[in-house]
Amino acid sequence: MNFDPRFSGRKFASVGTRPVRPDGVDKVTGRARYGADFNMAGQLVGRVLRSPHAHAIIKKIDTSKAEKLSGVKAVITAKDLPDLTDGDAGMYDVLDNCMARTKALYDGHAVAAVAAVDARTARQALKLIEVDYEVLPHVTDVDEAMQHHAPLINEATFTEGLEEKPVKPSNVTKRSQFGHGDVHQGFGHADHIIERSFKTEQTHQGYIEPHACVASVNLDGTAELWVCTQGHFVYRQHCAQLLGLEASKLRVTSSEIGGGFGGKTHVWAEPVALALSRKAGRPVKLVMTRDEVFRASGPTSATSIDVKIGARKDGTITAAEATLRYTSGPYAGTWAEIGAMTAFACYKLDNVKTVGYEVLVNRPKTAAYRAPSAPMAAFAVESAIDELAKEIGIDPVEFRIKNAAQEGTRSSYGPVYGPIGIGPTLEAAKNHPHMKAPLKANQGRGMACGFWFNFGGQTCVDLNIGMDGSVSLAVGTVDVGGSRASLSLVAAEELGIDYSQLKAIVADTSSLGYNDMTDGSRGTFSSSMATISAARNAIKILRDRAAQMWDVPVDDVIWEKGHAIAKGEKYGNLSPLSLKEIAAQSGKTGGPIAGHSELVADGAGVSFATHICDIEVDPQTGATRVIRYTVVQDAGKAVHPTYVEGQYQGGAAQGIGWALNEEYIYGKDGRLQNPGFLDYRIPVCSDLPMIDTQILEIPNPNHPYGVRGVGETSIVPPLAAIANAVSNAAGVRMTHIPMSPPRILAAIEAERKG
Amino acid sequence: MAGIAVSTTINGDGVEYLCQPDETLLDVLRDRLGLTGAKEGCGTGDCGACSVIVDGRLVCSCLVLGAEAEGRKVETIEGMAHGEQLHPLQQKFLEHAALQCGICTPGFLIAAKDLLEKNPSPTEEEIRFGLAGNLCRCTGYDKIVRAVQDAATMMKGA
Amino acid sequence: MVEVTLWGALGQLAGGRSKVEVEAKDIRELFRKLAEQYPALEPWIEKGIAVSIDGVIYRDTWGKRLPEGAEIFLLPRLAGG
Repeated sequence: MNFDPRFSGRKFASVGTRPVRPDGVDKVTGRARYGADFNMAGQLVGRVLRSPHAHAIIKKIDTSKAEKLSGVKAVITAKDLPDLTDGDAGMYDVLDNCMARTKALYDGHAVAAVAAVDARTARQALKLIEVDYEVLPHVTDVDEAMQHHAPLINEATFTEGLEEKPVKPSNVTKRSQFGHGDVHQGFGHADHIIERSFKTEQTHQGYIEPHACVASVNLDGTAELWVCTQGHFVYRQHCAQLLGLEASKLRVTSSEIGGGFGGKTHVWAEPVALALSRKAGRPVKLVMTRDEVFRASGPTSATSIDVKIGARKDGTITAAEATLRYTSGPYAGTWAEIGAMTAFACYKLDNVKTVGYEVLVNRPKTAAYRAPSAPMAAFAVESAIDELAKEIGIDPVEFRIKNAAQEGTRSSYGPVYGPIGIGPTLEAAKNHPHMKAPLKANQGRGMACGFWFNFGGQTCVDLNIGMDGSVSLAVGTVDVGGSRASLSLVAAEELGIDYSQLKAIVADTSSLGYNDMTDGSRGTFSSSMATISAARNAIKILRDRAAQMWDVPVDDVIWEKGHAIAKGEKYGNLSPLSLKEIAAQSGKTGGPIAGHSELVADGAGVSFATHICDIEVDPQTGATRVIRYTVVQDAGKAVHPTYVEGQYQGGAAQGIGWALNEEYIYGKDGRLQNPGFLDYRIPVCSDLPMIDTQILEIPNPNHPYGVRGVGETSIVPPLAAIANAVSNAAGVRMTHIPMSPPRILAAIEAERKG
Repeated sequence: MAGIAVSTTINGDGVEYLCQPDETLLDVLRDRLGLTGAKEGCGTGDCGACSVIVDGRLVCSCLVLGAEAEGRKVETIEGMAHGEQLHPLQQKFLEHAALQCGICTPGFLIAAKDLLEKNPSPTEEEIRFGLAGNLCRCTGYDKIVRAVQDAATMMKGA
Repeated sequence: MVEVTLWGALGQLAGGRSKVEVEAKDIRELFRKLAEQYPALEPWIEKGIAVSIDGVIYRDTWGKRLPEGAEIFLLPRLAGG
């Protein structure tokens, strides 16, 4: 395909407007169908039996009593999901996580499942399954898991990335390192050095919709799966591989998705539902409870991070170093590596070094959570940056501006930056009225910066023009927060027609080519690129059809504002043909008119944000209140500005919850103590103020409209911004997230006692 | 197992069903009556995604038994629009983009409707506390509060 | 001939080098020649590596040209939310 993705600087008619989303009415009337809202004839209810132990050998599972219960149609264990992963270690972990094979590795790990005629029978059947466990010592804390005497989660794990191959197994699966220059020398030039250790607790994406699917495996080897997912094509591949199905014979339809934030990028229940359906010979609906979502889906890492930053008296940073330890659950991950790459990405540094350690613990397998790993690293780094500014006696905004990365800076993770937005977001923050607003007693102001890479990836779009001139757009990236609206705007822009003439849908896996999942803030970035390409291909056909209708050479026909125009004086009498007029004749001029596009969207521009917040701390109780919050972020180009604001506000709110309240609390027995929204408390409406947003548009040179991803970066700064505000309000440096009232009170009391 | 016969009114229509003694109103609505607008986010009354109004009172339908609907009037999201006319709250939620994923939206609309019926001119703080029983993980609530404020203004003008 | 910078872990597998020179016109040739010259890199390349060309990160584009004198960085492949 000869598609030129470079930024063209065109003037927009549709892009940048704020119409109602195409899926809106269904969602306000209750008609939109989510994962659990779909049913099939003869469907059974699936339920999963989960380990109550954090770490245990499964000696024996006796399912005979459950199988005899009237109404039970299938009982499965790991034996019903044989290992077809063919040496693919990553997929083997996925398989083992779906159904424990020899050991239960965390509280909530699936060990068996049933399909029965109704929920009550399924629940009864679970109670009749007898599992003989040999309980093993467990470890859930990141630092404890790194100790040499810690219980080993996988005895075949030898740390990768060490200079010398280790002789003993360990819970550290990998060491990674990034940076450049010589930090030792750099610290030698520093007049001030801050060195601190930080911890963050594990949090969950907290999507309101639990995982849900309906699976139907037929006797002829074909299958259907209805599921809430961020990537139905990826689920198809993974399920097909784990079940031994041919990918093209497994049709996966993505339902409306009730939130994902990275948590619906991995299969858990889906292969189990398919295996149950295969064994029972009937469709199976499997819906997780909220308790199961917390215990057995994929929360983010708990971390322990050491940071050291040095600067000269004039405020120039001379060296920066961090050691980052991230839990990945009981299976290998690359979460610390990402943290190590992002930690210092906002800054221009001559000497920088980051080291990451991936740590196994008896907790659920870590999954992505919105700019995964970056918020924790930013919390540690931006806290130390603030403290260093204070010690030097320079304004924290000025300190960051002085050291901000810019075009041509070598990033801390390696490559040299193109045009980037960290400087402009800092300048905008500095000039924002929020910065000058007065504060009352016990209130503190904090600010922080954040970085995220943003991804592109494989993308496919079909654009079909109906004979009445209406246009349907079929995309393959799941719409997690309004992308059907933004993609319709892009198609309208390119075709030169009105937004109302279009309808966008998310196509199933049998109707469209492969698409990577909606992750890495890629939905609108990637699919808009493919939509532009598809629209341009359709325009080629529209021009050709107009040429036929006029009987003129196609090279004389141009496309402008939704019309074919015959250019040149000799065509003076030909009035332009609208898309509608051309479409009406399509049956006679060569058949249906469509534009298709298959591409790898590359060049997603990196994204930066700066957040400002005011927090009030009650010194008697340690309770906090968010008084004011402002997000400044670069969008490249905001296609639908209202939904861009929504991404900024939503990420900030999740970050606020993470910073102040949310945490996985494990008991000494290794069991999760708070697997529900009552005790794992996400922010409610009365916890938050309005969240002000400022959208900057520094065009991404690698997208025709300048679009960058916007979804994830907004969760990166809040942990640090709030920690800085709380520290300023309470007069004590907070180093442990979440800053729940007991932790703040303990810090205040420790400070009082000196 | 014999079911309990229940006769109730849902969105103005008489409805009769059989349900088990341990079956929630949410399960009855979703699984027996096909009214899937109310969502199960937690099953423990913490998220509000299953909000419905029973005899003028806002409740989590996951905490009400199906049998308890006997002789009562139940209002769900499916009854909020009148024919082709969206309720002002539904209209304003669309205009303000007060939803992203939309799973919490039916519950928020029902809770907001109940709030405005009891307090047609709520302050921002009253809206925030009035909707504090409903969880939204996408929006940060900003646009939801603005949509409710705007709807309240529109409804007073009507 | 292009100069390619390897991130820490890859550098160790390439005999402790952080920079290597490869005669390659596009990403596909780069991967093929790296695997030939440094067999220890092959499993990593198989698993998926991102290539940064003048600061722009590419994940799956074999056909992407490597301009003479471009800054080329190999990076781990990332997960996102």
